[in-house]
Amino acid sequence: MSGVRVLVGTRKGAFILTSDGKREQWDISGPHFAGWEIYHLKGSPADPDRLYASQTSGWFGQVIQLSNDGGKTWVAGGNKFVYDGVPGTHQWYDGTQHPWEFKRVWYLEPSLTDPDTVYAGGEDAGLFRSNDGAQTWQELPGLRDVKGNLWQPGAGGMCLHTILQDPGNPKRLFVAISAAGAFRSDDGGQTWRAATRGLKSNGELPDPDADVGHCVHSIAMHGSRPDVLFMQKHWDVMRSDDAGESWYEISGNLPSDFGFPIAVHAHEPDTVYVVPIKSDSEHYPPDGKLRVYRSRTGGNEWEALTKGLPQSNCYVNVLRSAMAVDSLDDCGVYFGTTGGQVYASANSGDSWTPIVRDLPAVLSVEVQALP
Amino acid sequence: MIRVVLPTNLRKLANVDREVEIQVDDPPTLETVLDALEGRYPMLRGTIRDQVTKQRRPFIRFFACGEDLSLEPTDSPLPPEVVTGAKPLLVVGAMAGG
Repeated sequence: MSGVRVLVGTRKGAFILTSDGKREQWDISGPHFAGWEIYHLKGSPADPDRLYASQTSGWFGQVIQLSNDGGKTWVAGGNKFVYDGVPGTHQWYDGTQHPWEFKRVWYLEPSLTDPDTVYAGGEDAGLFRSNDGAQTWQELPGLRDVKGNLWQPGAGGMCLHTILQDPGNPKRLFVAISAAGAFRSDDGGQTWRAATRGLKSNGELPDPDADVGHCVHSIAMHGSRPDVLFMQKHWDVMRSDDAGESWYEISGNLPSDFGFPIAVHAHEPDTVYVVPIKSDSEHYPPDGKLRVYRSRTGGNEWEALTKGLPQSNCYVNVLRSAMAVDSLDDCGVYFGTTGGQVYASANSGDSWTPIVRDLPAVLSVEVQALP
Repeated sequence: MIRVVLPTNLRKLANVDREVEIQVDDPPTLETVLDALEGRYPMLRGTIRDQVTKQRRPFIRFFACGEDLSLEPTDSPLPPEVVTGAKPLLVVGAMAGG
């Protein structure tokens, strides 16, 4: 590998950080799309220079950008996101039914094999796919057939924020939606079912075992073992060994099991990373100490990773899409904070360095290993 | 020619200067000017008004000649000064407040 490229989405633009394989010196370009919220940007596994970015604004709506040169230049793609057919309604805050209304794209997931195919996760929660390099988008409406009329937005919005592809089975997809749950398709996204058995939302749902309504924050898998999923739920860190058929808790000795992102080591399928946050109302690390927790046993036994991270008076948050790993050896781990720092570890989390400071609040971090 | 002033974010998106000139063949109204603007700069589709309903986005305003045209019917004639090019049509992002 010649190096890595870190793609950072922030509240006021995108930043691209590049380094060689040592990951010690970093070049920073940006802000790209200055002044816009960049919820997510991600590269195509099939063509690393093909990048997609979700550029959005409360004023100006949704724009999709794509690059064919690794982020040096960009061109706007199609941004017409229309729910299929008569979109119907979901539950509103006052208990009435409310029409589906597109607001923004939270997450972009390029196909593992085709640079022109990309999935987009929207708010209000819907899954869209483009097969022409983000020029046109079609909804996969079967997802909303899974009791979509019962979904109800949480305070953060009813967003589809996680999309996972099974590398061994191109027909299998997983998505996660805030305040709706986790869902699986085995036919390329045409039909779906809830993948929530074993999740418990005591205090958040009248029926803590309901099949929809759970506030899933993030899901991660290791490509070599796609039936094993790791989930950071609103509260609880969870694991599935059967592709989401059932889940069990692996929070173990974490100081708090609330959090947003979760990631899996690139070469060790049982090494998992989370960033505990104090609570649902206090979105900062417990005790003012920014600590990544690592389990090398697939959960339950967690160790605090603190070297290089602030261990006093730190009250930033790490959002759901703001942690990623690279595939170099030793595995690099990266995360961004709402305080604008991006921390990197070139040794699987043993030590950390801020590779950029004082950016706008970081919404997402992705990383590419470059050939 | 109709002169249209765009807000900074949309200038960057369309890669244009502060003001663009738009040829409108139909009688100049907000609707025909926006149709022509989006035709010339397709990346602006959806950023000023909804692509399906053509409704103005909630935090977009249209000003001209010291007047707020945002709530006017979109098929109303534009002020003569805008039609002649003496004054621009301003597309504005509403104040954020705070």
